[in-house]
Amino acid sequence: MTQWLEVCDLTEIPRLGARVVNHGALAIAVFRNADDEVFALEDRCPHKGGPLSQGIVHGRKVTCPLHGWNIELISGCAVAPDVGCAREFPIKIEAGRVWLDPVAAVSAAA
Amino acid sequence: MIHASSQYQHAVVIGGGLLGLEAANGLMKRGMQVSVVHIGPWLMERQLDEPAARLLQKSLEEKGMKFLLQKQTAELVQGESGRVCAIKFKDGDSAPADLVVMAVGIRPNTELAESSGLHCNRGVVVNDTMQTFDPRIYSVGECAAHRGIAYGLVAPLFEQAKVVANHLAQHGISRYQGSVTSTKLKVTGIDLFSAGDFMGGEGTESILYSDPIGGVYKKLVIRDNKLVGGVMYGDTVDGAWYFSLLRDGKNVNELRDHLMFGQDHCGNLGHSGINKAASMTDDMEVCGCNGVCKGDIVKAIREKGLFTLEDVRKHTKASGSCGSCTGLVEQILAVTVGGDYSATPKTKSMCGCTEHTHEDVRAAIRQNKLLTIPQVQQFMEWDTPNGCASCRTALNYYLISTWPGEAEDDPQSRFINERAHANIQKDGTYSVIPRMWGGNTTPSELRRIADVVDKYSIPAVHVTGGQRIDLLGIKKEDLPKVWADLDMPSGHAYGKALRTVKTCVGSEWCRFGTQNSTQMGIDLEKAFFKMWAPHKVKLAVSGCPRNCAEVAIKDVGIIGVDSGWEIYVAGNGGIKTEVAQFLIKVKTEAEVMEYSGAFLQLYREEARYLDRTVHYVERVGLDYVKKKILDDHEGRKALYERLIFALSIEKDPWVERAKEGKFAQEFASLTV
Ligand SMILES: Cc1cc2nc3c(=O)[nH]c(=O)nc-3n(C[C@H](O)[C@H](O)[C@H](O)COP(=O)(O)OP(=O)(O)OC[C@H]3O[C@@H](n4cnc5c(N)ncnc54)[C@H](O)[C@@H]3O)c2cc1C
Ligand code: HEM
Ligand code: SF4
Ligand code: FES
Repeated sequence: MTQWLEVCDLTEIPRLGARVVNHGALAIAVFRNADDEVFALEDRCPHKGGPLSQGIVHGRKVTCPLHGWNIELISGCAVAPDVGCAREFPIKIEAGRVWLDPVAAVSAAA
Repeated sequence: MIHASSQYQHAVVIGGGLLGLEAANGLMKRGMQVSVVHIGPWLMERQLDEPAARLLQKSLEEKGMKFLLQKQTAELVQGESGRVCAIKFKDGDSAPADLVVMAVGIRPNTELAESSGLHCNRGVVVNDTMQTFDPRIYSVGECAAHRGIAYGLVAPLFEQAKVVANHLAQHGISRYQGSVTSTKLKVTGIDLFSAGDFMGGEGTESILYSDPIGGVYKKLVIRDNKLVGGVMYGDTVDGAWYFSLLRDGKNVNELRDHLMFGQDHCGNLGHSGINKAASMTDDMEVCGCNGVCKGDIVKAIREKGLFTLEDVRKHTKASGSCGSCTGLVEQILAVTVGGDYSATPKTKSMCGCTEHTHEDVRAAIRQNKLLTIPQVQQFMEWDTPNGCASCRTALNYYLISTWPGEAEDDPQSRFINERAHANIQKDGTYSVIPRMWGGNTTPSELRRIADVVDKYSIPAVHVTGGQRIDLLGIKKEDLPKVWADLDMPSGHAYGKALRTVKTCVGSEWCRFGTQNSTQMGIDLEKAFFKMWAPHKVKLAVSGCPRNCAEVAIKDVGIIGVDSGWEIYVAGNGGIKTEVAQFLIKVKTEAEVMEYSGAFLQLYREEARYLDRTVHYVERVGLDYVKKKILDDHEGRKALYERLIFALSIEKDPWVERAKEGKFAQEFASLTV
């Protein structure tokens, strides 16, 4: 069962940028790319836990600010040859509003 | 051949070139008696000069190989068995031969091309886009003659193929402009390296090192202060380094005295050249940043079939952070893959998103007045929709430095530190370093700092080497409040920007002081405050030659002397420790300001993003800088004015965020 929670307006997330969404102790990075697609990943890089929300977004990837791993926004997984995945959450846009399910984390196959 | 080598005794190899010698060596190792027939006066004349070739011949003779030089083959003699039994020469001599190997060079078979009406001359003639005389037909590889050269090595052929692929995909304007190739002979125990114009001649100078007893010979050919070729025998560890100097067209004037002694002797106090790739053991560390040992690299190269420096970086992380071990990694690559190692192409593109070089991109931005990153990417036909972390940050800098006040400064194309105006730490918190002009502070500033530390429970306070105070472990959402409470200017410790101007107490206090170095430093810092640059910029001013402010390792260092001020440029303290070079001595404070500013603006306009001043000056040469700053008075004034204009537009980013509420979103998180 997906439990959608309303996050914010799409315009509140910078294009090619991200916002941090807190849910209890969990920090989720919500990204928006140039084509206005949105993605939600746990804000922890699979390498050494860097805050992915602070990275540079390009295409459907984000570059981690700490050591420059590239992470696929769709799956949360590192671009080869690096290995590891950040948890990914269901997210959608409806009528310009962003909705997120912070519970149903999809743990992409590592 | 392998079969023949087990049955017969005498082999003759015709052609003493690279392939001939490799074949001869192979046959000899399989037990045959091998003679190499060569028409030229010395071996490998396309790669070696005579002294190097003599050394090579001597060591091959010691291994048992025989040489018949300046012999022209007349005839192969058939024996009774129907098989060849001897070889006859024009001068009447002959030699026994059960096996003859011809290795007399490549000659493109141009029959088909010629019969189709394509112009051929030692190959199918092509232009810089690899098109033949019929533009619908392209030609690449060993059969193509580009600017009179048909290349017989894979590295240039890869470059040609890349150009054609671009052209066919209508990806625009990349051109093949010829390659400088390097050669190694794959015969164990023989170290030989040759590259470029190794013979020299009119307009060139040569530096020679010859030790016939020790079996070492080196020659470097220089034209117009650039290395254009070289040949080495016996000691080739610096081959990769020379080749990169040659390929990049680096000005070697200032290295000249030490050039022959290799990279280790050229002022690099980093740890890059301490060990030599070949003599290292597998457990020796190569990359100190990422803890990568030689064995890891060799293993990755072998198992994953890696070919280029980029590949090795991606797979092992070696040389991926600070880059100081790049030379060593290249050496390991060369040693591990041998002659198949193809050096990175001559011109380096900005990143994987484009074929264009930094210089191309800068020129296009200037000439076409491009003002946004998407405009540049569209105009220059970027391969990716919106670049990557490395080209976007560079583009953003090129735009704002070329068109200050007009180009858009895109926060999403700035590294997080420059977006948050604070340094991200390993736990995701930030550090704040407020500016203290020239390292001076006041009781009220110190009180405010102490109060802020208490109020925001800041866990660590550190005095930096840049004469100011670092507050560490601050939560991102607290940053604007911390800045507001501090009420001090941004220190830009987070930016590719002017960091600190370190000063000593100078003539105001010091019994040795000749000039008021503190005030000079404060004036410089205030003048150049908010200056973005290709990389971080650090200045220092000392009040006398005792030099307590350590100006010798700064981008611009000023030493006060009794009669004025000495200006030094392009020093560096980091990975590559480099002593600053003397630029000029001036009389007045106003001159210090103008000369320093003009130098910094030149760097801002011409350096590649992420090059420090040391890298920039190394590339263009100090003479060039002198021409621009010292000789061209109008030019210097114009440079200085452009800098002052650019700085007049910048605002203190902390004030904007703390007091004017700008970019509030950047610092606020959401909650669900
Ligand atoms: C023994 C040896 C060792 C070498 N060692 C090295 C080395 O260590 N490092 C290095 O950089 N280089 C080395 N080289 C050189 C390198 O192999 C060549 O420069 C390179 O392979 C040339 O590539 P190419 O694509 O131009 O030609 P090729 O690789 O020769 O490819 C041409 C292809 O075209 C095909 N072809 C020919 N005619 C026709 C036709 N009419 N129709 C259709 N197809 C046709 C051929 O069958 C062939 O497959 C070596 C060469 C030799 C011979
Ligand atoms: C290339 C290697 C280097 C890197 C990546 C680097 C990185 C950094 C970083 C991230 C900071 C900020 C720390 C913080 O968050 O508070 C910093 C500060 C500083 N570094 Fe380095 N540094 C390098 C080399 C050097 C060298 C060689 C020197 C001295 C010769 C030096 C001197 C300083 C000083 C003085 C500060 C404090 C700056 C200030 O007061 O603004 N750094 N450096
Ligand atoms: S550099 Fe000279 S003037 Fe400055 S503090 Fe040192 S001794 Fe004194
Ligand atoms: S923590 Fe993300 S790359 Fe290291």
